[in-house]
Order: sequence, then C-alpha cells, then structure tokens
Amino acid sequence: MAHVTGDWNPLGDAFYRKLELYSMEAQWQSKADIPKCKVAAAPFGGPIALMRDDRKSQAPSNRKPDIFIFTASGKPISIIKWQSGHLLDIGWSSTEDLLCIQRDGTLLVYDLFGKFHGRFSMGQVARENEVIDSRIFYNPSSGTSGVAILTGNYKFFVVSNVKHPQSKKMADVLGLLSPPSCWSVISKDRDTYVMLAKDGHLFVVDPGYSQEQSLEGAGACIELALSFDHQLVALFTDKGDIHVFSSDLQRKLCEFSTNSQMRPKQLVWCGNRAVVAYWENLLLVIGMQKNWIKYNLDKEAYLVPEMDGLRILQPDIQEFLQEVPANVSGIFKVASMASGALLYEASREFQKKSQKADEYIRLIHDDLPNAVNQCLEAAGEEFETNIQKALLRAASFGRCFLTNSNPDKFVTMCQTLRVLNAVREYTVGMPLTLAQLNRLTVAVLIDRLIRRCQWELAMSISKYLKLPESESRILTHWACYQVDQKRKSDEEIAACIKRKLGAAPSISYSEIAKKASEISRNELAVKLLDYEPRASEQVPLLLTMGSMEAALRKSIASGDTDLVHTVLLSLQKKMKAQEFLMMLTKFPDAQSLYIQYCRQEQPHLLIDLFYQSDNFQEMAACHIWNSYQQKSMAKKLDYLKSAQENYTRARNEFALKCTEEQQKLLTYQQQIEEKHNISFVGLSVHDTAHKLIKSGLPKLAESIRKDFRIPDKRFWFLKINALAEKGDWLEIEKFSKSKKSPIGYEPFVHICLKHNNNFEAKKYLSRVAPEKKAKVHILMGLYEEAAEFAFQQKNEDDLKQLLRLCGSNRELANKIQNMKAQLSRR
Amino acid sequence: MASHLNGGGRVNIALWRNKARSDLLKCLRECPGSKALVWDSQLTGPVGLIAEYSLLKENEVDRMFPLNPGRLPLAAGPGASAIQSVIFLVRPKLELMSDIADCIRKTEEVGSRFQKDYHIYFVPMKSTLCCQKLKNLQVYGFLKNVGEYCLELLPMDSDLLSMESSLSFKECNLLNDFTTMHYVARALMKMQAMYGIIPKVYGKGKCAKMVSDMITRMRLEIGDKEFKSEPCFDSMLLLDRSCDLLTPLPTQLTYEGLMDEYFDIQNGTGKFPPEKFAKSNESDQQKDLSTDKKSDFKKIPLNSSDELFAVLRDKNFNAVGPELSKKAKTLSAIYDERKDAKTVRAMKQFVSKLPHIQLEKSQLATHTSIAELVKEKTDTDSFMDSLQIQQEFMNGLDTDKVSSYIEDLIAKKESLVKVLRLICLQSVTNDGLKPKVLDFYKREILQTYGFEHILTLSNLERAGLLKFQGPRGFPTLRKTLNLVVGEVNELNPLDISYVFSGYAPLSVRLIQTLMGPGWRSIQEVMRFLPGQAFEIDQKLPPGVEKRKPLSQGNQEDNTRVCLVFFLGGATFAEIAALRFLSQQENSSHGPTEYIIATTKLINGSNWIESLMENPVPGEEESTSFRPQQSRLR
Repeated sequence: MAHVTGDWNPLGDAFYRKLELYSMEAQWQSKADIPKCKVAAAPFGGPIALMRDDRKSQAPSNRKPDIFIFTASGKPISIIKWQSGHLLDIGWSSTEDLLCIQRDGTLLVYDLFGKFHGRFSMGQVARENEVIDSRIFYNPSSGTSGVAILTGNYKFFVVSNVKHPQSKKMADVLGLLSPPSCWSVISKDRDTYVMLAKDGHLFVVDPGYSQEQSLEGAGACIELALSFDHQLVALFTDKGDIHVFSSDLQRKLCEFSTNSQMRPKQLVWCGNRAVVAYWENLLLVIGMQKNWIKYNLDKEAYLVPEMDGLRILQPDIQEFLQEVPANVSGIFKVASMASGALLYEASREFQKKSQKADEYIRLIHDDLPNAVNQCLEAAGEEFETNIQKALLRAASFGRCFLTNSNPDKFVTMCQTLRVLNAVREYTVGMPLTLAQLNRLTVAVLIDRLIRRCQWELAMSISKYLKLPESESRILTHWACYQVDQKRKSDEEIAACIKRKLGAAPSISYSEIAKKASEISRNELAVKLLDYEPRASEQVPLLLTMGSMEAALRKSIASGDTDLVHTVLLSLQKKMKAQEFLMMLTKFPDAQSLYIQYCRQEQPHLLIDLFYQSDNFQEMAACHIWNSYQQKSMAKKLDYLKSAQENYTRARNEFALKCTEEQQKLLTYQQQIEEKHNISFVGLSVHDTAHKLIKSGLPKLAESIRKDFRIPDKRFWFLKINALAEKGDWLEIEKFSKSKKSPIGYEPFVHICLKHNNNFEAKKYLSRVAPEKKAKVHILMGLYEEAAEFAFQQKNEDDLKQLLRLCGSNRELANKIQNMKAQLSRR
Repeated sequence: MASHLNGGGRVNIALWRNKARSDLLKCLRECPGSKALVWDSQLTGPVGLIAEYSLLKENEVDRMFPLNPGRLPLAAGPGASAIQSVIFLVRPKLELMSDIADCIRKTEEVGSRFQKDYHIYFVPMKSTLCCQKLKNLQVYGFLKNVGEYCLELLPMDSDLLSMESSLSFKECNLLNDFTTMHYVARALMKMQAMYGIIPKVYGKGKCAKMVSDMITRMRLEIGDKEFKSEPCFDSMLLLDRSCDLLTPLPTQLTYEGLMDEYFDIQNGTGKFPPEKFAKSNESDQQKDLSTDKKSDFKKIPLNSSDELFAVLRDKNFNAVGPELSKKAKTLSAIYDERKDAKTVRAMKQFVSKLPHIQLEKSQLATHTSIAELVKEKTDTDSFMDSLQIQQEFMNGLDTDKVSSYIEDLIAKKESLVKVLRLICLQSVTNDGLKPKVLDFYKREILQTYGFEHILTLSNLERAGLLKFQGPRGFPTLRKTLNLVVGEVNELNPLDISYVFSGYAPLSVRLIQTLMGPGWRSIQEVMRFLPGQAFEIDQKLPPGVEKRKPLSQGNQEDNTRVCLVFFLGGATFAEIAALRFLSQQENSSHGPTEYIIATTKLINGSNWIESLMENPVPGEEESTSFRPQQSRLR
C-alpha cells in the first residue's frame, strides 16, 4: 500500500500526512501574493478573505484596499471595495461574517457576498487613541466569536461575542509602554482573558487583574500560539526554544529547541499534539515528545489551523496537514496486524478472487465487529473517494460474516460521506473532515450552504438526510434572496416564490414578506403575505407597512377576535375618529366587535356608532338604557322621547307606542307621587294599579285601568291580590259580587288560602265552576266533598290524587275506591 | 378523583383533564415561591374540575382570594411563609381589569418587607384589549408575567365536555361577537392534537360554518406535525343552537334534566336545600376550590362516578321511582346475605363487600332525597298544567291564538322567565305568532313586569325566539322527523322521545338522521332550518392511518365514534337522548358512540335569562357592594 502511506511521516508514535485539498482556481492564483497580503481564512473549511497589506508592501499607497473573498477552493465569491475608514484587520466570525476592524475602533460586519450587515464601536478610548493591533478569536465552548483590540495607549478592549457587542476593558498592564512582542486571547467558558509577552515577562490580563507569570529560565517570549480548543499554549522564545504549557500555565508539557532565533512567520497548532512553526520555505512540525518533521515549501504559504489539522494555503494549492487518524494508520501502517488491516486485506484478496481472503478472515476471528468498525471509521477519515470506497467495501465484506450486526452505523457513514464529498467538491469548496462536520453539525452545515446560496445542494442534503425542518428554512432563505433581486418585478417574484414554495409545509411567508418590507418593496410584501396562512403573523406586518384595511380584513378572516381588536386599537391611534368610524362601516364584523368594546368601555360612543350605520332600533335601545340611568325625571323623559323618535325612524310601531305609554306612565306616577306622597316611579302599570288599590286609592287604579287599557281578567287578578294583601276581605267579597267574574271564582279561593284565610275561602266554594270544584275542595282539605264532586264530574285523575292524599282514612279510601270502580265500570 | 372521566370508551377524556392539569401546574411553576391565587369568581368552579385544592396546596398555593378591588390581606399568619407570587387567574373580561388594577395598587401602597411578584393568567386566552386596559390603568408594569392558561373545554364526564361559557349564544347571535367560536376552534385543534384528526366534519348553521372554516385554517397554520395521533373520532358534527331553538324551551323530563331545571347544576354540582339530607360527617368532604366557604345549600357532585346516578340520570323521571325501589330491594337482599354467612370465610367475604355496600347505601339515600325534592315540584298542579300546555303547543293545538293559560300566568305575575319560555315555545312551534297575538303578549309583559323588558323582548326577537308569523315549516318538520311521538314507554324507552315524554329533541333527530340515511334524505327540512349544512373531509397527515376496527375476541368492534359539538348550549335532555342512542347496539346503521361537547350546559330558564337585559340600576348597590376585605383562607 505504498501509495497510501507514501506521504506519511512518523512523529513519535503517530504519523503525519500532508494531503492536497485543492489546486486553487485561477482567480486566487492571480491575486494571492501572500507576502504582500493580509489573509484571513475561517476555520471549518471556511472562506478566505484577502486584502493588500500596506504594512507588508514596500510602497504604501493611499488607495483604499479591495477585499477579495474566495471559497476555500479559491473560487471568487465577492469583492468589497473599501469605502470606510482606515482598515486595520479583517477576520471571520464563527457564523462566517467578515469582521473588518478600523483603526478608529469601529467594527464593520459584512457577509460572504460583501453585503454590509452593521457596525459597532469598541468604545471611546479606542476611537481617541486608535487601534494598533487586534485579534479575532473563537470561544471553543460556546462557539461564538469575539474581538480584542490593543489601543495606541496600550489598553486592551474585548468584545466577547460580536453578536452582542459589549466592549469590556481589560486591566492595565503595569509598565506596558510599547507594543507587546506578542499576545493572544484565551476564551474559556465564560472567562475571556488576554495573554501577552513583553520583554521576558508574561502577563495574563482579565478585566479585574493583570498578573505576571514567571517562566523560569525560558527567556523572552516573542511569539505565542493557542491550540484550537484554547487548552494549550506554545511559546516561542528569543533563544529559539518552543515551550508548551497548558493554557493556565500550570503544567509544562514540552520544551524544544529549534536553534533558530529568527521569529517564525507563523506559529500555530496542528491538532492538539503538534506545534507548527513556519519560516520562509520551511515548515517544522514539532511533537510533544520533542520529535519533529521538516517540510520544505517552495512557495509562500499561509497556515489556517483547524480543530484536527492545519490548512496550508499557497498560491497554487491548498494542503491539509494532519495526524493520521488512529483507525487509518491501524489499517494502512506497514505490516499492521490490527483486525481492520486484516479485513481490508481480506476484502482485497476477495476481489481478486483469491482464497487468501478466507485466511485473513480466519485470522481476525472474534474481532470481526471491531474490524468492520475500524474500516468504517477509517473510510470517514479519508478524502480520496477511491480509498473511501475500498474501505467501505471492506467493512461491508466483513459485515457478511456477522450475524447480528446493526446496519445503522454503516448506512449513516455512507450518507455522511456522500454529504462530505459533495461539500468538498471544489465548486462548493468546504474541505471539512468528519470530525469537523460532527462538531459543526449538519444543521449548521446546511445553514452555511444556505448563506453561500447553495440552496440546491442544501435542499438535496436535507432531503437525503430527511430533515424536513431544514427544508422550510432553505426555501425561506431562497425566497428572501429572490425578494432582493431588484431587477425582477413584484409579480414575477411573487409568482416564482409561490410556485416553488407553494406545497412546502410550514413556510413562514411573513418572514419573506418582512424582508420585502425591509427593502421597501411593500407591494411585494403584501402579495407575499397573502400566501401566509397564519393571520397572527400576517397582521402585525401589514400594520407596520400601513396596509390598514388589509390588516383588518385578514384579522377578520382569521376569526381571532383578539387580533381584530389589536388592529382596531392601532387603527384608532393612527386615524382620525371620524375616518375610523367611516372605515368601520365597511367592515360590519369589526364594527360589531368595536360596538361590543364600546358597550363596556366607552358607552358614550355607542349612539354615534349606531347613527353611522342607521341602526335606529339599537339607538332607541341605547336611549332607553340611558333613561334608566338618570335620576331626574326630566332627563328620563328626554331620553324616552329620543328613543321614541328613533323607534319612529325604525318604523317600530309597537315599541313606539309602548315608549309613548311609558312616558305617560312616568308623568302620571309623578303626579300621584306629589299628591299622595307615596313612591310610584319605576313601577310597571300593573304594579302601579296594585299599589294604588293597596294604598286605598281604588279610584285612581280604576282610571289607570281605563287609561292604559288593562284587560279585565288581569285587572281582576290584580285587584283581588292587592285587596288580599291589604286584608280587605270585605271589599273582595263586594268585588266578587259586583259583576260576573271574568276569571271565575277559583282564584278567589286560591287567594284566600294563600293568606291562610279558610273562612273567607269557603264563601266562594259554591261559585267555583263545577269541573274545578273537586280541585278547590282538595286544596281546602275537604276530601269527602272533593270526592263527591270528582265523582260527579267523572274525573278519575282527581280521584287518584285524593286516594294518595287521604292516607290513613280507611273509610274514605274505600269509598273512593268504590267510586273509581264505578266509573271504570261504565 | 377523576374516575368518572375514564368511561372505558374509545376516547379517554381523563387524558384531556390530565393535560389541563399539567398546563395549570406549568403556569404555577412559572411563578416562584409561595403563591397567592386571586380568582375570577367565575373560574373557581371550572378550574375546580381540573385541580382540587390539595393539588394547588402541594404546588405552593398557600392563599386564595376572590378577585375584588382593594388590598389583598396578604399579611401572613404565624408560621405561614411570606407570599412571593401573586397570581391572578381571570377571564379576559375588561370589567375585571379595573379590579385587578385597584387590587395591585392598594396592595403595593401598603408595602411589605417582602418583595412580591404579580402574575396574570388569562383563561383561556390572552387579550390585547385587557393588556391595553391594564397599561392604561398603569399597572401593567407591575406584572412580571402575562400569560394564558388555555382551558377552553372542561371535562364534565367520560362523554361530556363543556366550555361553561354562558354568554356564548348571546354573543354569537345578538352581538355578532364570535370570540367563543374562536375558542371552540382552538379547543378542537387541541383535541385533534390529542385524539387525532377527525376525518369527517359535518355542520349546520352559521357558527358551525365559522368553526369549521377556522379549524381548516388553523390546520394550515399549525402544519401536520402536531397531528400524529391515530384518529379516535370517526366524525364530528358541529350543530348551531340556532338551528334548534325549540328543544331548550320545554321542561326536560329526565332525572338530571329536572334536577337542572329546579336545582341549577353548575360545573357538575347540584345545590339542594339541606334539610332533606341526612347529616353526613363533614370531615370526608372534599374541600372545594370555591371561595364561598359556607353556603346555605347542600352541594352534591353529580357525575358518573356515582354509580347509581349513572343509571338514573338519563331516565325519564317516572322511571326513577321504580329504579330506586329496585335498588333498595337488591341492597337489602345483599344485606341479608349476612344472615346466611355461617362460616368465617363467608363472613369475611361479606365484610370485604361492606364498604361498597355502604357507599351504595349512601348513594341510594342521596338520590331518594333528591327524587323526593323533584317530586314535590312535579306533583304540583302548575307543573302538570304547564306540561299540558307545552304538549299542546308541540302538537300544534291552538298555537295560533292567545293562550289563556299564559294570559293567566301574566295576570298572576308569575316568573317572567317561565312566561317567556312558554311564549317562545308557542312562537317557535307556530313558526311565529300573528302580529295581534305577539303584540298582545308583549304589551301584557311590559305593563305587568315593567317597560324595561322591551330590551329583553327585542333580544328574543333578534334571536328568532319571538317573531311574526312566517312561512309554515314546523308541521313538516314535526312530521318528517317524527318529533312528536304518541306512545312513549317511559320505563323502557324505545325511542329518544322519552326524554320529554313525547317530544323527540329536534337536534338529536337531526343527528340520528345524519348517522342513518344522511341529511340528503331530508333536504326540505334542512332548507327550512337556518344556516348552511355542509360536510368536509379532513385529510389525515401523511403516515397517519385511519383507525382500524378493533377486533375484540371474535367480534369485530365496528362502533363509530362521533363528536357532537353543540354551539350555543346543550340541555341534559339532549345529552340523555344521545347517550340513549350510544347504547343502541343494533341500530340499522351500526353502533355509534357519541362524545358530546358544548359551549354551555343549559336549560330553558338560564338560557332565556342569558338573553335578558336589565337596564334598571336598582340592584346595582347590592351587587357592587363588596366587603372591603375578605377573610378567606
């Protein structure tokens, strides 16, 4: 297997290999004059930004620089023609935003496409004293990125998360009167601090303290490098020694002499187990056991540390330096007897149709599951598809001999590899390793693809990996991008978006519309909002865009009355009262709700509202309601008069008359109140007459009866009731004889009994209609007589009831039984 | 506690209660420390169905107050911990907001050594208007948390859910405020998330259409992923009360229905005069949530966890007596077993049954007392007379002229609600009244009960309960749907008409027809009833399949489950009729199990009352009078 291990170099117990990732594209080659440029490359196979560096070039020019942005494969993405102030440094945030630091302490944020996304300042001190140096750093635990600057008066300011820029000043370093020889920012969990070296002193500075750290006999540190996870730090001293410490400087891990007092151009880590120092043409890889590998580079290079290796950017190619992963070295190492190696051999022999395959399998014996695993994982570590295939084939071959093996892992690996290969493709240019992808997660990968406008690939990946949530995100981003296409017409864009997104579930059209509204394409926004099914999303946006009627219409259609009220509230604030009311007439549903609201909160507006919609019936009701709230009679009558007028307009003949009658009643009541000093106002006609009789004013009651045409029957009931309450039994009797009762005489009995006056009740018994006689006798407790009457009337029901009532009276019970028997015989 | 919800049917309502419970606790947990709950008095009953006092206590609810303006007496008694969170649990009603504002302000004025947080939870939904009002009243800033507790539908029994929203019918039919329909739609979405998408939706009436439009829309909004449960329901019927204005009007004649007519069942609890009941030992009584600590009534929970009640509730009242005596006989027979128990083992067996026997005995005593109370009412002449006139109206006898019975009721100034119920019944059964007749009634009412009732009458007219005579339709309706049945077996009914001793509720006849030959068979009738009739198919989300018929043993269970939602209220008589249908095993079109939901459990009286207006401020003083300080726990 010479060709696999050919470029391997041993370093202690491990091997290192340098793989070619890309031969860079022409545009990169033409621009990448690395020595004269400032290069910034984002980790995780991120994009590269390139700009002319005045400090490096011999002839400083006053021309503002251009920033060229490339993919990792050197494909140009965009160019930023710098317009702002003096640009000091550029770098990438963890979300692949380009951070541009100006000398005045302003930080400008751009995206991959050179689109401006905002700015913030590092503070007053930075502005006044200018920034002389800066660092952009990642917090490995939170995944956020921050910025640190050194000002002209040698103060450090740190923003620990660029998404929430809050500039924090670090403690002053005593005696720092010139720039430090080197410095770096360490960010662990929530702590961020600066490590700096100056004239043989090493300082660790946080917002509270500056602490000097002694490094016995190490000499003056002139360069320092933090490992990717911020756990280790490598110091390069003026004696040419490299010291490796844990980043809290508590443990010393290694010391190595390079014998070169020249400061390396770059000192970086390659993974966590090797430090790489780069001088012109020379790359020195130093292991923790003081062993080393030397690579000669024929061109100028720029090193980009990754979590598990190092990207070496050169004008023509890009290489990846990494420690050969254990599984890979286990398989391909010369004369390896690891089970994975044997399985790989077996698989090769099997393809050659050689019986040696069997021998190898036998050699593996019990360790076959491990062997399969090893081949599988090794496949994941490889960049070459041929090798990936060979390894997968070996794993698959091994699986044939396993009885209960779960295919999930194999399937996942194949899927992941397909995704990795797809994004590594030079057209996309994201040279991710498996470890990097796992750290980044597929969701973030998809986000990054979206931000690169690689929607199609992102879509294929989410479909392939069955991630429906991502799909809507991708489509939404795509649509937002379309919205931004200034050349296309609103109709075209809306149609195009609808066509593509129509069937997809849970698309947030409001988000897209919001985007359109932001770039003031309101008409497009309205069109897009039409597709949004969620009214609660639609309506607020329509309101902010000033599409009042549309907002109201949508909120009504949603059936969510609270949403309608929300719209109404905001309309009321924006419109004149009259306008508002006019608009409401166009939306009866909203109008009803508003009326409801007014009923409770602003009753004085009701009349206006009803007037607006010619609802005279309701206006009358309002007036009646109001009339009852008044204390003074004059006002009561006024309101009733208004009610009457409105009933006239509403052509409600009946209500009109009743209202008129009520006014008459009130006036009448007031009169008798004044005359007799008894309160009447508020009583009904019926109750007025009742009270008059009770108060001994039968004449007045009689006149009410006439004036208000109280029907005879009701008047009789009313009168005997009132008289009974008064206890005027004599009068009742007189009344009963005044003429033939229109209500019969049964009620007379009832009323007497109600007042427990059996004596009086008896007087009327004989005059009760025959068919009701039994009933009244029962009420009086005269069961024998009742039985007789019931028998006469042949009323079996009454007899039945009597039977129940007579209870212990055997004699009567027998009699009734007899009667019943007689009746049923007939 | 909630055993009555788990009826063993296909749809387990106990799940619904559990969800509501955990939602409530989630709200409580958002408020740290020792809590004081301040109740909207209308919510104590409903929330009491979800969580008992002990559960709240376990979750650090240490004090409870009714919502009143004025300072909260928070000063802790000796040993009690200081209140850290004050939680207002209120309906989104504007009038409550000023009380809250006053309460917060006064409580803050007094100050305390301890910092308090205020939280407000709207039930069932947050309201912009209320928040706005709180802002205007300048107390919004005091609120740490403004949330919602989505409790729309209350679990009342294993087959019954209600929103207990008494104004729903009025708001929808008179005020054009369909807020409650939005709540219905929200509740249905939650139900579908729990019990699966309901594949078939039928509906009749304006509100029904509205709800169905909303759930279709909400489905789009929410997306499919929320609805992965296997469908428990086969179909749903949304029935607008305005399609059947008739059924609530006559007196219900089932046991539970009569109980509701006379003793006002609220939130599954009936209130009875206490004299009739033997003193039970108070200690075992559940402390309930309601804040009125001493009432003059005996409160009895009425649900199917009471086995005897489960048997009696839906029976015609005339069948209740025989059933009670049958029960008494079996009980005493079981009791007599004691004498036969000669061996120790037999004795032991008997003793083990004792607790259950005792429970049954107490249930028997309770229901005998209740039945006697009901009987006192039904034995009166006025009850019988009123029934007679109702039957006459149903049969179309003399509906065209002024009823002297009603005339006399007015003359005697009997309860206005009773009078209105009868006039409405006459109007509905006669397709409206002749102008002369209606105006006579109206005038009599205004003269007798007062002019202010002109507003109530106008409401009834707008609701369609009172109207001038229009085209005749009721006779056809009565004939086609066989609404009035002559021969009724009240003891062993064969038809739903037993619930009114002769009248089969129109609403339930419609359901029966729908589940049988379908509405297409009665197009003429459907045209006559107001509002559109519709049916829609709801697509199941991909990957979710229709419920397969469960095979139990050899028998294939092909019972269909239908959710019937009465929009605007349902009576116990209708519920009884549907339960009767659920039990019919061999109806022509296969067995159907009905789960019933409604905006409110109503009877004719409280329904009519909900439509009445009272502009007279006279009683205001007594209602607005509130004790300055409540001295409740």
